Amino acid sequence: MARKILFEHIDKPGIRGLEGYRAHGGYRSVEKALRTMAPEAVVEEVKKSGLRGRGGAGFPTGMKWSFLAKPEGVPRYLVVNADESEPGTFKDRYLMERIPHLLIEGMVTSSFALGANTAFIYIRGEYFHVARILEQAIGEARAAGWLGRNILGSGFDLDIHVQVGAGAYICGEETALLESLEGKRGNPRLKPPFPAVKGLYQCPTVVNNVETIAAVVPIVNDGGEEYAKVGVGRSTGTKLISAGGNIKRPGVYEIELGLPCDEFINSDEYCGGVDGRAFKAVVPGGSSVPIVPYELFLRTAKGEPRLMSYESLSDGGFVSGTMLGSGGFYAYNDAQCIVRSTWNHARFYHHESCGQCSPCREGTGWLDKVLERLELGEGRAEDIDLLWDIQRKIEGNTICPLGDAAAWPVASAIRHFRDEFEYHVTHREKVKDPRHFAREPFRRTARPQTV
Amino acid sequence: MSARTRPVTTTEGVRPFAFSATALAECRELIARYPEGRSKSALIPILHIAQAENDGWLSVNAMDAVAELLGLRRIEVYEVASFYSMFNLHPVGTYVLDVCRTTPCMLRGSDELIAHLEKKLGIHPGETTKDGMFTLKTVECLGSCGTGPMLQCGARYHEDLTVEKVDRLIDELRARNQRANYTDR
Amino acid sequence: MPKVTIDGITIEVPEGTTILQAARMIGERNKADRYVVPPAMCYYSKLETSGGYCRTCLVKVPKGSDKDPRPMPKPVPSCRTTVMDGMEVANTTDPTLIDARNGVVEMLLINHPLDCPICDQAGECHLQDLSYENGTAASRYEFERRTFEPIDIGDTIKLHMTRCILCYRCVKVAEQITDGRVHGVINRGDAAEISTYIEQAIDNDFSGNMIDVCPVGALTDRTFRFASRVWFTKPMDAHRDCETPGCDGKVVLWLKGDEVLRVTGRKDQWGEVESFICNTCRYDRKDLAAWTVEGPRNVDRHSVISQGHYHLKRTQPLLTAPAPNVPELAKRKDLKDR
Ligand SMILES: Cc1cc2nc3c(=O)[nH]c(=O)nc-3n(C[C@H](O)[C@H](O)[C@H](O)COP(=O)(O)O)c2cc1C
Ligand code: SF4
Ligand code: SF4
Ligand code: FES
Ligand code: FES
Repeated sequence: MARKILFEHIDKPGIRGLEGYRAHGGYRSVEKALRTMAPEAVVEEVKKSGLRGRGGAGFPTGMKWSFLAKPEGVPRYLVVNADESEPGTFKDRYLMERIPHLLIEGMVTSSFALGANTAFIYIRGEYFHVARILEQAIGEARAAGWLGRNILGSGFDLDIHVQVGAGAYICGEETALLESLEGKRGNPRLKPPFPAVKGLYQCPTVVNNVETIAAVVPIVNDGGEEYAKVGVGRSTGTKLISAGGNIKRPGVYEIELGLPCDEFINSDEYCGGVDGRAFKAVVPGGSSVPIVPYELFLRTAKGEPRLMSYESLSDGGFVSGTMLGSGGFYAYNDAQCIVRSTWNHARFYHHESCGQCSPCREGTGWLDKVLERLELGEGRAEDIDLLWDIQRKIEGNTICPLGDAAAWPVASAIRHFRDEFEYHVTHREKVKDPRHFAREPFRRTARPQTV
Repeated sequence: MSARTRPVTTTEGVRPFAFSATALAECRELIARYPEGRSKSALIPILHIAQAENDGWLSVNAMDAVAELLGLRRIEVYEVASFYSMFNLHPVGTYVLDVCRTTPCMLRGSDELIAHLEKKLGIHPGETTKDGMFTLKTVECLGSCGTGPMLQCGARYHEDLTVEKVDRLIDELRARNQRANYTDR
Repeated sequence: MPKVTIDGITIEVPEGTTILQAARMIGERNKADRYVVPPAMCYYSKLETSGGYCRTCLVKVPKGSDKDPRPMPKPVPSCRTTVMDGMEVANTTDPTLIDARNGVVEMLLINHPLDCPICDQAGECHLQDLSYENGTAASRYEFERRTFEPIDIGDTIKLHMTRCILCYRCVKVAEQITDGRVHGVINRGDAAEISTYIEQAIDNDFSGNMIDVCPVGALTDRTFRFASRVWFTKPMDAHRDCETPGCDGKVVLWLKGDEVLRVTGRKDQWGEVESFICNTCRYDRKDLAAWTVEGPRNVDRHSVISQGHYHLKRTQPLLTAPAPNVPELAKRKDLKDR
C-alpha cells in the first residue's frame, strides 16, 4: 500500500467528530505551532516542504505566504478556496465531508503562521450540505478551545466563518472569489495588485485550496523536510486525485507524487483499468488542462514512462504534454466522441464566463456554436481551422485564466484528434446520431498531430 | 446561461415579501460575522435565505427586501442575484432538479439521463411541469463526477443515477410534495 | 522619473503613469507620433477603476524594466499597467500583437449589429474608428447575433443594448458622478447586459454623462435622436454660468443654423470629456441665447465629423436592413466591388 499522509486515518470510525479526530492525533500541529514555534518558523517549514498549491496552478505555498504584506494595524486574512468547480474535481468535498477537522486544524496552524485572526472558507453554494458539516466541526473546535480567543493560552485569536457561494465556476479564481466574498458579482480583479497585498476588503490576504491547507498539518507535525522526502523532484508530498470517467473504480485517491501513470490508471489499487473496450484519451487535471491520447498519457513523446507529477505530466509542453492541474482526472473509452466532449467543454466555459472581457465573453460563445455545428453534422472543413483561430485569439488576451482554460481543451483536442473532427465533416449523416461512436468506436487514422 | 434572464417590467401581481422572524434572526447572525461596514458580504447567503422563503425564487419584492435589510442599492442586489446560477429569478416548481451535464458526467451517461427526464416530465430544461411540481434545470459539474450521472434537489445529491433510480426518486418526491431548498438542513 | 520607450520613441513620465497615458503624452508631444497610442474602448481617465475590460489596448512588453529586463509573458492592458523605468513597449511594431488586437476587434464585432446607417452614434463611434483601423477584412461569424429591444431609460436616454460593448463606463459614471446608481450589469457571460432590471427611469442631475462616455451608440440622447446626422451639424464651444454644483457649464453646442440640436460635454482628442456637465445644461438650455458662444469646436482632424461626410468603413458596409449574415453579404455583388 502506498503511503497516505492526509488520509491516514480517513477510515477510522468517528473521525468526522472532534473526539475521534483528536484520538488519532488531531490538533497536534496546533499544539506544536502555538506552543513551541514562531509564526515565521511555521512559514519556514512550509517552504522547506516544497508544498505547491493544490488548487490547480501549483504555485509554491511557502513562497506565496512569504509575499504576504504586513503593514501595521491592517488585518490579514486567510481564505480557503473550497469552491471546487473545476469539472472532474471532487477531492475537496471528499476531504471536507469525511475529515472536516483536518481542514480546520490546518487553518488554525496556517492562520497562526500568517498572523490572520479571521479566516473564511468560501465554499460553492451547491455544497450547502458540506458547509453544514464544516459549521458543526467549527462549533466543536470552538467549544474545545481550538478556536476563539487566546487559543491554548498563546494569545493567538482566530475566528473561522463558512461562506457559501451560489453557482459560479469563476468564483474559484482567487480574485473573483474575494469579490464574491465581499458580496459582489464574481468578476475577477485585474492583477496587480495581488491578494497578498490587496485582497479581501483591500487587506493582505492569502487564498489557498482546501487540500493545500490540510497538507500544512503533516508538514508542521513531521517537519517540512520529512514531507519533502515523499514525492519526486519538485513535486513533493502526496496529491489527492479524484478519478472519474470510463474507469472501473472511480473515487478519490491519495497518491504519492511520482506514481507512474500506468499504475494509477490500470492497477486495482487505483482506477482499475478501463470500463469498456479500450482507453482513448485522458484529462488528468480537470477540464481546463489539455486532453491527451491514452498513449501520450502513459508515455512522454520521448518514450519515457510518464509519472503523476507536475513536471512529468507537463513534459513536452502543450505539444505532447498536459498538466496535473487540480487533480480532476477523467478517462475516455473508445466509445466516446472527442468532438462531443470538446463541445461539452466549450459549452461549460461559455456558460461560466463572467463576461467582463471581450475575448472570453464573445469567444467562448463562438467556440460553443461552431463545435455544436460540427457535432450535429452541420460542420464544414474550414470550421476546424476556425476553431483553432478563435481559441488562439482568446488565449493570453484575457483578464483571468478562464480564457486560457477555455482555449486549451479545444486546442489540444484538435491537435491530437484532428481526424475525429475531420470525420465529423466527412460523415455528417453518421454523426447526427448522438451515440455515433458508442455504436461504432472510432479508429484513429493519424498519429498525434503536432501543430 | 441557457436562457437569458429577461428584466422584469412590473411587480404587479407578485406577492409581497417579508422575512419570517427566524429567517431574520439568521440574517442578523450572518451580518454580525463581517467586519464593521462590510455587511454586503452577507448578501449571497441572505439571498439564499430569501429564495427559500419565497417558494424557491427571487422576486423583485424579495430582492428589494434584501437590499433594504443590508442598506444596499436595489441594483446592487439585482446585479448579484442575476450573476449566480443557483438563484432563480422566475417562479419554479416545488422541486428544482439540477441535473449535471458537464463532461465527466456526460462520459457516464448524463445525456441519456437528461433525455429520459425530459421525456418523463414532458418538459425541457428551464421549464416547469404543468402541475408546478418539477422544474428541470441543467447545471455544470457539481463535484460528484465519480458518482455521476447525478442530480441535486434542494440540499441533497442523488448520485450514481440510473433510469430506474431516477424514476423512483420522481415518484417519491411527488408523493412527499414538500418544497426542497438548498438551505434545508 | 521613469523612462519608457514605446515603439522606439522614448519619454520620461511621472511615477505611476500607465503605458497608455505615456503613449498619449508622446502623441500630444508630437502629432506625427500619435500612431503609438493604443486604442482604448473602456478606459476613461476621469473614471476611477475604469479600463481592463475591452482588451483593445493590449501591448507587448519585451522588456519589463532596467531592474528586471525580462519580457512580460502575455500582452498587458496598457490602460492599467504602470510604467517602470527602462520599460520597452511594442504597440505597432509587433506583428503578433497586431494579430491579437485584430482578434479582440473581431470579438467585439461578432455580436454587434453594424447598423451604423440608423445609429445616432455613426460618425462619433469609437467602434467604427477601431474596426477601420484594426479590423480584419470581414467577420467570420455566421450565427445569429444577440439582439435586444431598444428601451427608454428615462425621458432623455435611449438604450440600444444590442450595440453595447460592455465597457462599464456608464456604470462607473453612475457610481462615481451621480448620487444613486439605478442601472448596472445584470446576468453574466455573453448574456450580460446593461439594465435597470425593473423598469425604472434614470433620473438625476448628472445622468446625461452616461451618453457622453458611451463609446458606441448604446446610450443615445433621446432629445437629439434622428434630429440630424452628426456630420450635418456645426459644433461650437460655449459656456454659461451654471448653478448646479459640480458643473462648470462648459459645453459643445451642436447647431443647425441657429437651432441648438444637442448639447454635450467637450471631448478631447482621446474622445474623453474635459468635464462632466449637468442635465440642465444638456437638456434644458436648447436656446442659443442661453449661451456665450466661444467659437467653432476644433474637432479632431481624422474624425469623420470634420470630413463632413460619413466615410465608408472597410469592415462596415452600409446596410439598409438589420445585419444579415456574412455569407449573405459575401454574395452581394455591390459590396464585393467596393
Ligand atoms: C477559472 C478558475 C477557476 C479556479 N477554480 C478553483 C477552485 O475551484 N478551487 C481552487 O482551489 N482553486 C481554483 N482556482 C485556482 C485559484 O485561482 C488559486 O490559484 C488557488 O485557490 C490558490 O490556492 P493554492 O495555491 O493552494 O492552489 C481556479 C482558477 C481559475 C483561473
Ligand atoms: S477571462 Fe472570462 S472569466 Fe476571466 S475575467 Fe475575462 S470574461 Fe471573466
Ligand atoms: S451602454 Fe455604452 S457606456 Fe454603458 S457599458 Fe455599454 S457601451 Fe459602455
Ligand atoms: S461532471 Fe457532473 S458532477 Fe462533475
Ligand atoms: S482600454 Fe484598456 S482594456 Fe479597454
